Amino acid sequence: MREAEAGLKQRVPEAEVFEHNPRRLYIRIPRERLTEAAKFLHRERGMRLAICTGIDTREGFEVLYHFSEDTTGTMYTLKVLAPKDDPRVDSQAPWFPAADWIEREMHELLGIDFPGHPNMIPLLTSDTDWDKSKYPLRRDYERRNEAHEQ
Amino acid sequence: MKDPRIWGLKKSPWVYHVAAAACNNCDIEILELLTPRYDVERFGVVLVGSPRHADALLVTGVLNRKSLPRVLEVYEQTPKPCLVICIGTCTCGNQLFRNSYNAVGPYDRHLPVSAYIPGCPPKPEAMILGVVKALSKL
Amino acid sequence: MSSRRIVPIGPYHPLQEEPEFFKLIVEGETVVDLEINLGYNHRGHEFISPELTYDQIPFLVERICGICSNSHPLATVLAVEDICGIKAPPRGAYIRTIVHELERVHSHLLWVGLAGHFIGYNTVWMWAWRYREHILEVFEMITGNRNHYAANKPGGTRRDILPEQIPQILAALSVAEKKTMMLTNAVLDDPVIRARLERVGVLTREQAVAYSVLGPTARGSGYDIDVRRDEPWDAYGEIPFNVIVCKEGDVFAKAKVRLLETFESIRIIRECLSKLPDGPIEARIDEVPPGEGIGHAEAPRGEVFHYMRSDGTNRPLRHKVRAPSYMNIASNVVAVKGGSIADAALTLAAVDPCYCCTERMAAFEDGKLKLTGKDLLRLSWQKTEQIKERF
Repeated sequence: MREAEAGLKQRVPEAEVFEHNPRRLYIRIPRERLTEAAKFLHRERGMRLAICTGIDTREGFEVLYHFSEDTTGTMYTLKVLAPKDDPRVDSQAPWFPAADWIEREMHELLGIDFPGHPNMIPLLTSDTDWDKSKYPLRRDYERRNEAHEQ
Repeated sequence: MKDPRIWGLKKSPWVYHVAAAACNNCDIEILELLTPRYDVERFGVVLVGSPRHADALLVTGVLNRKSLPRVLEVYEQTPKPCLVICIGTCTCGNQLFRNSYNAVGPYDRHLPVSAYIPGCPPKPEAMILGVVKALSKL
Repeated sequence: MSSRRIVPIGPYHPLQEEPEFFKLIVEGETVVDLEINLGYNHRGHEFISPELTYDQIPFLVERICGICSNSHPLATVLAVEDICGIKAPPRGAYIRTIVHELERVHSHLLWVGLAGHFIGYNTVWMWAWRYREHILEVFEMITGNRNHYAANKPGGTRRDILPEQIPQILAALSVAEKKTMMLTNAVLDDPVIRARLERVGVLTREQAVAYSVLGPTARGSGYDIDVRRDEPWDAYGEIPFNVIVCKEGDVFAKAKVRLLETFESIRIIRECLSKLPDGPIEARIDEVPPGEGIGHAEAPRGEVFHYMRSDGTNRPLRHKVRAPSYMNIASNVVAVKGGSIADAALTLAAVDPCYCCTERMAAFEDGKLKLTGKDLLRLSWQKTEQIKERF
């Protein structure tokens, strides 16, 4: 087993690792253990945060943290799930500047909360002409078709 | 007696470039018009730094919500008569981005457009031709 | 009572005529903080992507950016190939590599031109862009368009390179190499340029790691990452090349990295052309199974990262796009601190930002003292003049 995998399982025994291929690992962990796992991968294993992805799925809001182990060319993706009625994941921004902007983006496009974020203001959407209660990347967002006027 | 403003505009159009939510490809092709290969400055076309000096606005990009008020402001500041020349397929009809939650274009819903130059991006030769055609209609 | 004033500044990028999008907080002449405000370029690619099929998406993501328009489709098709577990056949892989490296050459020449413009060397701008035209002609010949080449499709590439096209490609590379050599010598030898660019906008290695910056921005600060070497795809595993790293972290280091990388790219293209294997240019993909895939490539600005989740239909469930500038621009907050306003334009340009990529979106505004992009350029040129007087 890879060193990083072993170290992670030691700290977070509930981690479930799925290996899509030798360079792509997807690790499901409970959302309470995210900060610990992320700090381990970045600080102790020297992995770089490539980006985070937020997905609205049937089971809840999935947030993926994609870490790249550049020395081996392997991607370790941490997956946490937040229930639909409590879309909340601890912010990593206080200790990790690389996570700052993407958490703001996931908040404004998906409506996921990141308690602890130092500057949770919208990143991309208009300040004057946008309904902040609408989340475009959620599955229930009403898409317009071509004929629909502004 | 012909309007002297139009005469000045036709002889040496000064252009101001406005990009609102563009992918920058059309914008780079516009800048390439200034480089030695195409060199539009020999036709008197000058890229100016302020809309107040402009005769023509070269607009690019998919107009989005945040950019729209700024683009309208730029149009207000441009002394009339002025041409609005839409460069790129995105400006003419939004195309790929028409269903986006952030797209409010195309430009002719908000501004009076004098010429449409489609292309993704339009080749510099097409842009020069488009500007010449727009000017010849004056 | 603080002597701080807020200087809202316009885009230093001459291509964008949007109003201000950086707020510099200055004390006297020194920048003490920076606020970045985006939103002017946001078009909603991730929203549109699930409506399109896998073979339509490369056309959409190509239009995220005009300068790195090959990198995004490449990362997308690599993500799809990752889900399917297939690789492009050798000839297709080599052609993809050739197009990708040609893009790097044209993009770095573009940046050199703009950097010259920012410090007042407009001849550099005109010459860099003039010789870039040869590369664009090559693109038109082999892909059909000067920009937005649509060279990538899931499984391989769309168009073959014909044997009769190769002499023109090699001729264009010779011109690009000679002119880049001229520009490199001009930059490295000119004491005014060195004084203007050295120790400006320094990003330390610790800061680079904390912000997870990418590409020449990272390599200019001693952070040695390059996807072509770390996780080679297509032909990169078979063609030797050097990864250029400098330690100083200033604008000069980033300029050096980009210039020297251009030579490496030209080498890679020549080697690929000489070793171009025969065979098909694409692998057939009948269906995309349910699953998830990550595709990443080294764009001229750094790692471009695409994640896709598929549910077995021919449209993705989720498509995440992350351009390198997204990480790099955020690091400007620390890079401009301690510098002067005149240096701010240069520092912000040194990460070779692509705002359209960052926002698949964009910028903003404020009230008081207004400095537009032209003012910033003027300040930058003035500083260069002052330095010239010393020599």
